[in-house]
Parts: sequence; structure tokens; C-alpha cells
Amino acid sequence: MSVQLAMPKSWRVDTKPHKFCPGCGHGLVLKALGEAIDELGIQDKAVYGCDIGCSLLSWDFFNIDAIQTHHGRTTPVITGIKRANPEVIGIAYMGDGGGYAIGSQHLVNAAARNEKITLILVNNTQYGMTGGQMAPTTMPGQKTETSPYGRDPEKTGYPTQGPEMVAAITQEGAYVARGTVANPKQMKGFIKKALENQINGRGFSFVEILSTCPTNWRTNAEDTWKFLEKDMTKYFKVGEIKVPESRHEEGK
Amino acid sequence: MAKAVKIVLAGEGGQGVQSVAEIIAEAANEEGREALYIPNFGVEQRGGVSVAYLQIGDQAIGSPKFLTADIIIALSDRAVHRTRKYVGPDTVFVYDSGIEGVEDAIPTNAKKVLAIPALQVANEELNPRVFNIIIMGAVVKATAVVSEDRAKDAIEKKLGYKFEKNPKLRELNFKAIDRGAELVAGLL
Amino acid sequence: MPEKPIKGDKRYFMTGNEVVAYAAVMANADIMYGYPITPQNEIMHYWTRMAPKYGKEFLQTEDELSAGFTTVGGVLAGRKAFTATAGPGNTLMQEPISMAEAMRLPIVVAVQQRGGPSTATVIYSQQEVTLTTFGGNGEGFRIVYSTATHQELYDYTIKAFNTAWKYRFPTFILGDGYQAKMRESLTMYDPESRGIELVSPEAYVGMPGTPGIDRPPGQYRNTYNVEEELYEVLQQYQKEYDAIAPEVAEFESLGAEDSDLVVVSHGVVSRAAKEAVMELREAGVKVGYFRPITLRPMPEKQLREVANKAKTLLIAESAIGQLARLVKDSIYGCGAGIIPLFKPGAGITAEEISAKIKSVLG
Repeated sequence: MSVQLAMPKSWRVDTKPHKFCPGCGHGLVLKALGEAIDELGIQDKAVYGCDIGCSLLSWDFFNIDAIQTHHGRTTPVITGIKRANPEVIGIAYMGDGGGYAIGSQHLVNAAARNEKITLILVNNTQYGMTGGQMAPTTMPGQKTETSPYGRDPEKTGYPTQGPEMVAAITQEGAYVARGTVANPKQMKGFIKKALENQINGRGFSFVEILSTCPTNWRTNAEDTWKFLEKDMTKYFKVGEIKVPESRHEEGK
Repeated sequence: MAKAVKIVLAGEGGQGVQSVAEIIAEAANEEGREALYIPNFGVEQRGGVSVAYLQIGDQAIGSPKFLTADIIIALSDRAVHRTRKYVGPDTVFVYDSGIEGVEDAIPTNAKKVLAIPALQVANEELNPRVFNIIIMGAVVKATAVVSEDRAKDAIEKKLGYKFEKNPKLRELNFKAIDRGAELVAGLL
Repeated sequence: MPEKPIKGDKRYFMTGNEVVAYAAVMANADIMYGYPITPQNEIMHYWTRMAPKYGKEFLQTEDELSAGFTTVGGVLAGRKAFTATAGPGNTLMQEPISMAEAMRLPIVVAVQQRGGPSTATVIYSQQEVTLTTFGGNGEGFRIVYSTATHQELYDYTIKAFNTAWKYRFPTFILGDGYQAKMRESLTMYDPESRGIELVSPEAYVGMPGTPGIDRPPGQYRNTYNVEEELYEVLQQYQKEYDAIAPEVAEFESLGAEDSDLVVVSHGVVSRAAKEAVMELREAGVKVGYFRPITLRPMPEKQLREVANKAKTLLIAESAIGQLARLVKDSIYGCGAGIIPLFKPGAGITAEEISAKIKSVLG
């Protein structure tokens, strides 16, 4: 007898099993997102946009209206939708390359304008879809296809601290957090709060999720989790980074 | 097909060439004539000479750009240099007689070159503020693109709110049109 | 419902950019996204002044990539969304436009051509023809109206929204810096009072009901796994494009059927060409005029008819052969030869065209 894990109600059953590699963290993030959508009851209002990169594999993942966009351009597409129809709950889903490299100007400016959208950025320290090149988030010393001797911060800088940057440039009302697939319960809580922030019309919400890519890391299960939990968290601090101060309006 | 009258007005920023061109263009449009007005091509206005290109006719205007003008009004030394390239054998070239040091730049291939003391008339007879209106009077008289009365109506439309408060201003502006017209009337 | 800015026919004297803004309002456009670049800026200026009065929205983005992609988003949300750009901005905008092309999204883009390549001039050119008709990594599944007068800017801006939403191809109003900045007269009107029915937009996402329960989810992609999948989609697009091309294509022609020499031009240059041709014909010179109004699709049938009768086509444009390439492609195999009058980034006058015609005719 096989055990079928419970799927979130908002998942599209006919597109499962999903297409991510074994050990990939995307499935865990999308499960947390699906559960958050279920719990908030926004399946009818959510509009999901996914970037190019491994995130594009999720374009038909949910029973939710969805658009697969261009590399780095999910933020402006979701911004455009939300501006044109403020009734929807806009969710932009992307990787670290899409969010912090090619689409960084959109991230920075959408955050600065306090767009009422939710960004979920999956940080697995490299470009997965294109075969494991160095990303803005690649760890110092980490070997990738374009840093075969390890990332040299003298030459290529230090990893981008995305949520810290977003927290610094957003106004009061924004929600910013960093979760990890190693702690699904906390991760779901962060995603849920980010969505609630949008539902309540407070402002921009941004959650980075530390995730795994054993395929390109070339790690076994044990080393994968060690890299995620020990190495990455040394540099990327998990937790809420910016939370709207006054929540009393919720009670009204 | 009757050709449109092609006018180039050029001066320094603040001399009001663009507002003159715009008022004439709007007056012609009000009369049901076809007018096409371009205020400077590109970034000329940034520290350069302000040039207004105006065409008025009775049929749809062709190209917005033209190589030779029927009349050119240059109000500064730089404007003289800037606009001489639009001169052809049928061009009337008008410049202010108060501009100094441009003797060598005054075109020699024009049909007619007129030096008019518009600045002097403004400063000594009327008011420096109506210098551009004097120019407008001269342009209207020289080209007949609109009647002088229509030109006055257009000024009334544009500045009527000021005239309400100070009727003397109306008198001054209308006088400027008349004087501008007189300056070229004797020379054409 | 807020009132409309134009009721009944009325003559106006204004700049082309102002005309585009009014036309967009009168076409029931809902939202504009834009990024500043000369010479299109005043489209945004006038739109933002009118927007709150007529229940419209505007977003100034961080660049033209974003302006294009937010416009894509606006259309996905089921709103009549548009943007405007020029030159280097048009270059950047090819990326979002290619997504719109791939997903058949009816975005509307006003392009006011400026000098190129690179920053060049803010003044004028016809050098964005290739980019606007066939830009991006695709096949040019777009509709491009090249306007010549303010009246056309008004008429075709209104038409562009209808064309886009009717056929679901990205649609362009291709103007230029002269048209953007100059003032001339036009008659504005309420399109509905002239029997022009405004096509209603439809949402791609955010429709009523719960996806998967009340209705299937609206899910759209532009990535395909295998080449056959893409090939099939593009074959279908091409078939549909070919089918609508004859009814979308527009042209203007004068004496082209009985002349050995026909001047072919588009946009603002066609004003000069028409003036030159009319003058010469009045003087008894047999010369014709042909102007494609749509540069994509080209009025191929009509152009081929002309090129089969005339000995020579004199192609006049403010670019080095961008129109000429479209013409050559259309008339392949026809008898007419081609003589160029190319002035990249510079205006062309009736006198220049007239002189060229005379020199060709000897």
C-alpha cells in the first residue's frame, strides 16, 4: 500500500507528479504556497506568475490563473495585472537569478513603489535551469559552472542579501522575510503573512526561501541538507526582517 | 495647387518667437486655414537659438520640414547665422536693425532683405514687453497669412484675461501690431 | 460613467502627442504604462492630466522593459492597456512585445520614431520600421499602422485598440518626432457617434469563479518543451495572420495605375511625396504615388499590381532602406526596378522628391 501525501486543494492534480528534479526544494515551496492559498481561501482571486528558470515548470502547477513570463520580468507582469485589476492577489514566483540579477531593477523599483504584490524568490545559490552557473547568491568559495575554482568575492562580490536590501528600501507596511525549505512550517507562515499583507492592502511583500539543488550542487542527500542548513544559513539569516508595525487595523 | 506660406521665426529664449508663431498658427486655424507649426527641431532650445517653423495655406500641408522659407524673421545675431540656410531666391529676410556685427552674415541671395527697428520701437515708443507683438504685426503684414484684425482677435483670446484687469495693455498690444505692420509696409 | 472629453465633431489644433492621448481616452483605453523618452513624453503628460477625470490609470515604470511587461499585465487583467516609446526605448520594448506576440496579447504601442542607431537624435526618423515590424526573436506577428497626419494619428490610435482586441496581435501606431511635436488641425469625434463600435476587452486572468471548480484555470505560457510543439503553434499563428492580412492591410494610392514611375513612401514622408506627385501631375508629368498605411501586414496585392505595371518605384524614406526591404519582399518577381531616395534620420521635402523624379525621368 502506497501512501499518498495530501496535496493542497489549490494544486492541479492532473499536472502531478511535478517536473522538478529529485531533491529539489521547489516542490516544498509550492506546497507551502498552496497550503497558504487554501488557508486564506484565495484560490479564486490569486494570479500566479512564474519566471524563466526552474520556476517556469510551475506554470500549470496550481488550479489558479497563471502566466509564465520572461526571465526577470515576472515582477512587472504581476505589477501590471495588479495595477489594472486591484481585486486580484498577485503572486510573482522566481529564482535568485531572475530576482536579483536580470530582474533586479524591477524588484528594487516595485519595492520602492510599494506595489501591493507578493514576491516569492527561491534562493538555491545558482542558475539551475541553465546548468548551474554562478548566481548573485552563490556562496563565497562555492564551485559552479562559471566559477569552477570557487566564487572569489574579490572578483565577483559577495552574495546578494535580497531581503535585507528590500527591507531597507521599502516603506512602513511592507513585509519581508527569509524562510527555508528546512523549516516548512515556518516557511508557510512567512508566505501566508506575505499574502495577508497584500490582502490587507498594506504594501509590498517579499519572501526569500533558501532551497536545494542537489543536481547542480552535485551533492548527496546528506550534503545537500548540510549545505542548506549549515553553510547557507551562515550567510543568509532566516527569519522575519520587516513586519508592519501596527496591525491593529486588522481588528476593525 | 497654391503653396503654403513658409515662415521661420528665430530669436533668443525669452524673445517670444514661439508664442508669436503659436498665436499666428492658431489664428490661421480659427480662420479655417491649414496651419502646421513646429517649435524647434529637437534639442535646439537647450541653450541654442529658438526657432519656430510655420506653414500656413489653404490645402493640407505637405512635409513639415522645408528647405527654403518664404519669409525669415531673425531677432538676434545667432538667429541670423542659424536661419540663413533657409534663404532662397524667393525669400524675404527680415532682421532687427539693432543687431550688431552681422553685416557679413546677412544673406545676399534673398529676394529682399529688410532691416526693421522693432527693438527700438519697442523700447522707445511702446514697451519692451510687446517686442514680440511688434514682430507678429510685421509677420502678419508681410505674409498676409491672417488679417491684422484676426491677429488682434487671437491676441485678445490669448491675453484677454490680462486685458480685463488692465485695458491699457490691450491698447498697447494692438498698437504693437499696428506699428509692426507699419515697419514692413513701407519696405515691401 | 465619467463623461468623455470629446462630444460631437470638433476641429482642434494641437500636437500629435496630445492627439494620441485624446484618442486613447476616446478608444476607452483603461491604463497606460510608460517610461520617459523624447519625443513621446507628452503622450504621458496629457494622459496623466486626463486620467483621473475619466477613470483611467497610469503607472510610470523603471524602464521600457517594465513599461512593456506591465502593459502585458494590464492586458492579461482584461484592460485596454497601452504604452508609448521611441528609439532606444523601442529597442528595450522588443522583449515584452515578443512575449505579447508569443501569447497573442493585444497590447497597443505608440512609437514616435527618433534618430538612430543608439541615442542619435530626439528629433525624427523612419528608422524604427524594421524594429517595429519585425523586432524581437520572432516572426513579426504584429500589426503596424504608419500615420502621416494628426487626423490619422487620431483615427488609427482608436483603430489600433479595436484591431488589437479583435485579432489579438500586438498593434502599433508608428509615428515620428515630427508628428509628435508639430501642431496641425484635425477633427476629433466620439467614435461611437460615427458608428465605430469599440471592441470590448476580455480578461485572461482573474475572471469570476474558482479555477478548477467553477471553470478551468486561465494558464498561459510562452515556453515549449519540444520543437514540434512550437512549430505547430507558429504554423497556426501564421495561418491566422495570413487570413486576416487582406482585411487589415491598408494603403493610399494616386495615379499609380497609369504611371511608369511611382513614388513609394510611408508615414510623414508620404505627405511630401503626395505633394510632389500632385504638383507634377498638374504639370502634366505622369507619375504615381503609393503609400502603405499598414507596414505589417503590407498591402501586398495592391503593391504587386503597381510593381507589375510601373517600370520604376522610387522609394523615399528617412532611413536607409527599411521600407525598401519590406517593399522588395512584397514585390519579388514583379517587373519594376527600384530607385532609392534615402535620408536616414532626416526629413524629406516635396522639392527633393520632385527633383529626384525629374532626374529619373530625365
